[in-house]
Parts: sequence; C-alpha cells; structure tokens
Amino acid sequence: MYNAGKIIFGLLIFLALVTFPFYNNIGKVSAKPEPKIDTPEIQKLPENERKCVEPKDFMRGEHMQMLNDWRDSVVREDNGIYMSSQGKQFNMSLQNTCMKCHSNKKEFCDKCHNYMAVAPYCWTCHIQPKENKS
Amino acid sequence: MSMNRREFLKIAGISTIAGLGSVSLFSRLQDKTLEAAPYLQNPEAMKARRWGMVIDVSKFRDEDYKKVIEVCHRTHNVPDFKNPKDEIKWIWTDTFKHTFPGQEHEFMPQEIKERNFLLLCNHCANPACVRVCPTKATFKRQDGIVMQDMHRCIGCRFCMAACPFGARSFNYRNPREFIKEENENKEYPARMIGVVEKCTFCTERLAIGKMPACVEAAPKGGLIFGDMDDTNSEVRKALKENYTIRRKPELGTEPSVFYVIGGNGYAVVPEKS
Amino acid sequence: MLEKALTGSKKYWTWIFFLLILSGIGTFAYLKQFSYGLGITGLSRDVSWGLYIGQFTFLVGVAASGVMLVLPYYLHNFKQFGKITILGEFLAIAAVTMCILFIFVDMGQPMRIMNVMLYPTLNSVMFWDSVVLGGYLFLNLIVGWTVLGADSKGIAPPKWVKPLIYLSIAWAPSIHTVTAFLYAGIPGRHFWLTAIMAARFLASAFAGGPALLIILALIIRKFTKFDPGKEAVQTLGKIVTYFMITNVFFVGLELFTAFYSGIPGHMHPFKYLFVGLEGAHKLVPLMWASVIMAIVSLLILIFPAARKNESVLAVACAMVFLSLWIDKGFGLIIGGFVPNMFETVTEYWPTLPETLITIGVWAIGFLVLTVLYKIAISVREETAGIEIEH
Repeated sequence: MYNAGKIIFGLLIFLALVTFPFYNNIGKVSAKPEPKIDTPEIQKLPENERKCVEPKDFMRGEHMQMLNDWRDSVVREDNGIYMSSQGKQFNMSLQNTCMKCHSNKKEFCDKCHNYMAVAPYCWTCHIQPKENKS
Repeated sequence: MSMNRREFLKIAGISTIAGLGSVSLFSRLQDKTLEAAPYLQNPEAMKARRWGMVIDVSKFRDEDYKKVIEVCHRTHNVPDFKNPKDEIKWIWTDTFKHTFPGQEHEFMPQEIKERNFLLLCNHCANPACVRVCPTKATFKRQDGIVMQDMHRCIGCRFCMAACPFGARSFNYRNPREFIKEENENKEYPARMIGVVEKCTFCTERLAIGKMPACVEAAPKGGLIFGDMDDTNSEVRKALKENYTIRRKPELGTEPSVFYVIGGNGYAVVPEKS
Repeated sequence: MLEKALTGSKKYWTWIFFLLILSGIGTFAYLKQFSYGLGITGLSRDVSWGLYIGQFTFLVGVAASGVMLVLPYYLHNFKQFGKITILGEFLAIAAVTMCILFIFVDMGQPMRIMNVMLYPTLNSVMFWDSVVLGGYLFLNLIVGWTVLGADSKGIAPPKWVKPLIYLSIAWAPSIHTVTAFLYAGIPGRHFWLTAIMAARFLASAFAGGPALLIILALIIRKFTKFDPGKEAVQTLGKIVTYFMITNVFFVGLELFTAFYSGIPGHMHPFKYLFVGLEGAHKLVPLMWASVIMAIVSLLILIFPAARKNESVLAVACAMVFLSLWIDKGFGLIIGGFVPNMFETVTEYWPTLPETLITIGVWAIGFLVLTVLYKIAISVREETAGIEIEH
C-alpha cells in the first residue's frame, strides 16, 4: 500500500471524530424526560375526561405526523374538525386545542424535544401560551 | 473479479444513491397505505362557491378605514415595522389615482380625487399569483379564496412580481419582534421570516361561522361579503343595484372585490350606525 | 483529470486564493443575511427582486451562449472551434452554478428549496426553469467531461455522447427562453409583458456570452501554452457583432412600441430608466453607460479592420459584456418594478452585504471556471499538435 502511514493516520483521525459523541457522553447520565401533564386546564377537567385527542401511546409516537396532517387539512382542504378514533370531535388547532390543555410548553413539548435534540419550527409562527416562569 | 479504485468508487457511489432513493421511495409508498383520516368541516362554517366583496366607499370616513385596518392587522398578528421598505399589510388605503391607475382624469370631482379607497387581496377568479407559485404554497380554494400555505412557501417572491394589485407582502425581517406582546392574538399564528403573506378573507373565521374581521368592523353596509354564485346573496344584490368597478379588470384576473364609488351619494357623510 | 487542477504556477494559486477570500467574504455576508433576513438587502415591498435575480437572468444567458461554440463545430463541422468547444461547455457549467447560487441566496426560506421538486407545479414557469437549468448543467457536465477525457487519452469520445451533444444544442436556447417566460407571462408589469422578451434574451446572451469567451480565450493565450486560435477568436467576434446588432435592434423595437403607442404604462419604465420619473433617477447614469458602451462597441465591431486587431476586439468585447450586464443584470429587473402596481415610484439600490454576497457568488463561479479551465488547458497543452477527432 502506498503512503500506508499517512492513510492509517488519517483513518485514526476520522475514527476519533466519528466516535466523538459516544465517548464524550460516556458516564453522563441523562434523565429520561417526563413531560408534565398537570396543567391547571387539565386539572379542571373531570377525571374521566382527562384524555388527549388520541390514546397516549399513539400521541407519543405519531403526534408530529398528526400535526402535519392537521395543518394540511386545515390550511389546504378547508376542514376544521378532527374525528378521533373514539368518535369524539376536536377543533384542529395547535394553538387553540393542543396548547389550551398543554399550556406548559416548557414542561411538555420542550422536555422530550430537548432530550431528543429535535427542534420543530412550530413556534417560529405559532404563538405559545404564556407560562409562569418557574 | 478485479476492480480498480475508480470502478469501485463508481459502484459505491451509484449503490449509495440507489439505496437512499429506494428508502425514500419505500417510505412514501408506506405513507399511502395509511387509512384516510377523518377530517370534517365545522357544521357552522360559512360556505360559498365563490366568495366576493363589495366595498361601498361612500360609507367610509378615514377613521372607519383606520379601525378596519387595525382590527384586521391585530386579528392576524400583522407586524408593524414602521418603515415602508419592510412593510407588511393585508388591508390598507390609497387614493383613487393609485387604486385605479389610468382611470383618473383632471376634471373628476375633487372629493373623489382626494378620498381614500380600501385595498386588499382581490381573491381573483383567475389569479396570476397562483399560476406562478412553484410549490402550490399559494392556491385557490374551492370557495374561491386565494390562500397561502405558510408551511410550504419558499420565499421566491414570484407571486409578488405576478400580483397586479400589490396585495402581497414579504417577511423581510423576523415579524415576531415587531408584534407587541399585548397586541398578539393568541388564537391565530404569526408568520416566520422569509415567507409571503396577504389577506385570506379570514378563512379561520369563516370556518367557525363568522364574517371576516374587516366586515364586522366596517360601518354598516360598507363592506358587503357573500357568495357571488348565489343570486340572492347580499353581494349580488349590491352588484345589481349599484354601478361597481374593479381594479385593473383588463388584465383578466377577474377580481372578486368590487367598488361602489358612490354616484350621487359620494359627498354625503354617512350616518354612523 | 481533477488532479490537473492541483498543480499549478504561483500565479494560478494566487488567483485561486484571491477567489477563495472573496467567496469567504460573500459567505460571511450571506450568514448575516440568513439570520437577519432579506431585509438586509435593498429590496422592498415594491421592488421585491433585485441584484440577485438580475445576475441569475444574465448568467442564464452566459450559460446558454456555450452553444455558440458547440453548434458551429458539431452541426457545421467548423474545425476551428474543435479545440475550444470545451471552453463553452465549462463556461456553461460555471454559469449555471452561479445561477443556482443566486436563486438560493434570493430565497426567503432556502432550506425549503426541495419543495420545488416535492410539489412539482406544472403551471409554474419557475418549476420548468429549475428543470431546464438542472438538465443543462447535467448535459454539459457529461458531455464536457467525457469528450475531454477521451481527448486526454488521445482517443475518440464514445458514440453515446453524440446524441447528448445534439440534445444540448437544442437545450441551450430553451433555458433562456424559459427564463424569459418568468417575466414575459406576468400580467400587469408592462416592462416585461412583451412577446419579444425571449428573443431579446437570446440575442443579448449570444452577444454577451461569446464576448466573455473571446476575453477568456485571449487570457488563456497570454498565460498558458494553449492557443485557442486566431481564426476561432475572429469568428467569435463576428458572432458577437451580429447578435449585438440584433439585440440593439430589439431594444429599438421595444422603444418604438412604447413611445409611438404613447401608452403611459409602457413608457414609464423606460422613462424611469433613462431620464428618471417623479424625481427618481438612481439608475439613469448606469443605463446611459450601458447605451454608450453598446454604441461604441458596435462602432468598433462592425468594421472588420478594427475587429481584426485583437486588443481592440478585446476592448469592444469588454464593453459589450458590461453594457449587457447593466441592461439585463440590473435595468431589466428594476424596470419591471418601477413604477410599481400603484403607479408610484419606489427606488432600489443594492446594500453593501447584498453586493458582497453577489461578488462572493461570482467568485465561486470563477473558482469553478478556473479549475475547469485549468483541467481543459492542461489536457490541451499535453496533447498539443495531436489532431483530435470527435
């Protein structure tokens, strides 16, 4: 092999850079995010109505796709109402439906999004609820 | 099989592209198999086949215009940049000369020369902005409203070049810094930097059975809004009873906004209701 | 062949380094624009396209003009262009690269650029423009690279490349026609709404592009051992002459229609550009500079005796290029927006960051051009004296 020394040296540097995130985080414990759902608005609801649009597991995995579908349906197809799998109807609106209950963006949305290092750009346009600084 | 480095790189490159392509193709196909989601229209929603508006300028005084503009801009979180360069406006006023270029002449009544006219998106039946948009970010709804999808707009500003009515504004700067917090309408979104926006005939209000914000804020009979396909609608009555003009009709975009200039009534100060 | 761009004289590396610095400054200015928004430019609600889109339009013409070398050689067997078709093809690649960059820096939401392909919109000219430009880039890359690769080995290029060459000849006018349609199909902008727009675009492109090619050919002869050929340069000079005459003629047609008809909307943009309107006249000196350079260059070019002197020809070509750059890269766009849709006048002038970004994109374009030309010239230097057969 020509220039074996240089190539191996280069490969080592490459490996060191690629694996940086792993060894940089070794030993650091990141707490599992636990989004809070105890907002005053949710507390106000009677116990048996404290349910999201769809079951928790579905929402956890699919809320982003659902919000995408909602926005296309509202903006482009002139719809306003979502019929849930339980047969309940909801106004399709991030600001006026989702955030009315989940008025704690920092403790709800941001908790997981920060943990997963995703930065959805909802809030560049949509106005987030005012929260008490805590 | 022997292979030189060049051939190896070629094959590696092509297989990477093929791999990435098929993955995205596959995920697209999967998308299609999702069951159709149940979306409905609000039963209270206002429906029409072609929304249109008649503006009776004789009903407006400058204060009325000011109120209408302020209500619209507050309802839709329109920022105030305080300079004409970055300006964003959905509804505004201008003189006869500028509203109807080429229509003015030196002998027309002073009152008309000097009075202000209300301008907004014409929601054309044959909109040039929709024709030119490369992403369908601006499109025509079934009810005739020319709508803007802020999530899709790439900010190429082709629609601004194409609109003959100057109805469109571009977010040259971050609009959020220019909306006072106490003025924010928490029930309506703002926009982001680098997208084009304009009047939507208040689709969000029509969807829950309310008239557009400007119509509610205008003096009685000043703004008549309704279905132009319905012969019994208020708009059609207004169009039948009054001589109306449109902005630049010769361009064939078919504006859905009509102006009653006021005939004999132009000098009469309207009574406030 | 890329390795040929990695060895060069001190002058070569100084030039590369200079371009890198300029593009670095441009990139820095762009990052500013990215965070602040396009408000950092001179653009406004009334003049919503400016320098960037002007440069884009002008450079589409430069890209299309490569065909002026390719066509005579492949369709008319004009041997003198044989060795330099590659210069036209590589110029096209650099020009299309700049076009794409200028569109990118002009976008409000550049991260969403793929939306154009994700939601293909057949009724939008801009969609078609991105299709034809992408196709033209692809064709020139394949053709240029394959033919040059064959030349470097002293063999004839593969047969499959011929149909692609013919396709690229037909494709070249299409890119500029579609670009003209961006403007010529818009209702309400009197300055742009003219059936002759595409024809005028092509005439100015086939004058300005070959003018640049002549200058590049003379530079190449001066600094390298490869001579593009006296005959080739003279033929290009004739092409520049005829198309410049055509272009000026077309502009005259526009002026006649606007002013003899006396329709205010048609006259106002011309008035704004050449004498000023309602006290606004920022573009007047530039536009007259363009007119004067067009006239002087034509006076030189139409006399064969003057044209035969290569230094004089070079001066004339520089004037043609600058004249058309002002006319198309600046006046054409701004004239469409002034006066605006309310027949009022809002002026436009580029800001410093906007200018730096523009210079940066040009620097990147010249970087691409330099590297490609270095490769082509190295191949030509090595194979000097060997007859090539395409």
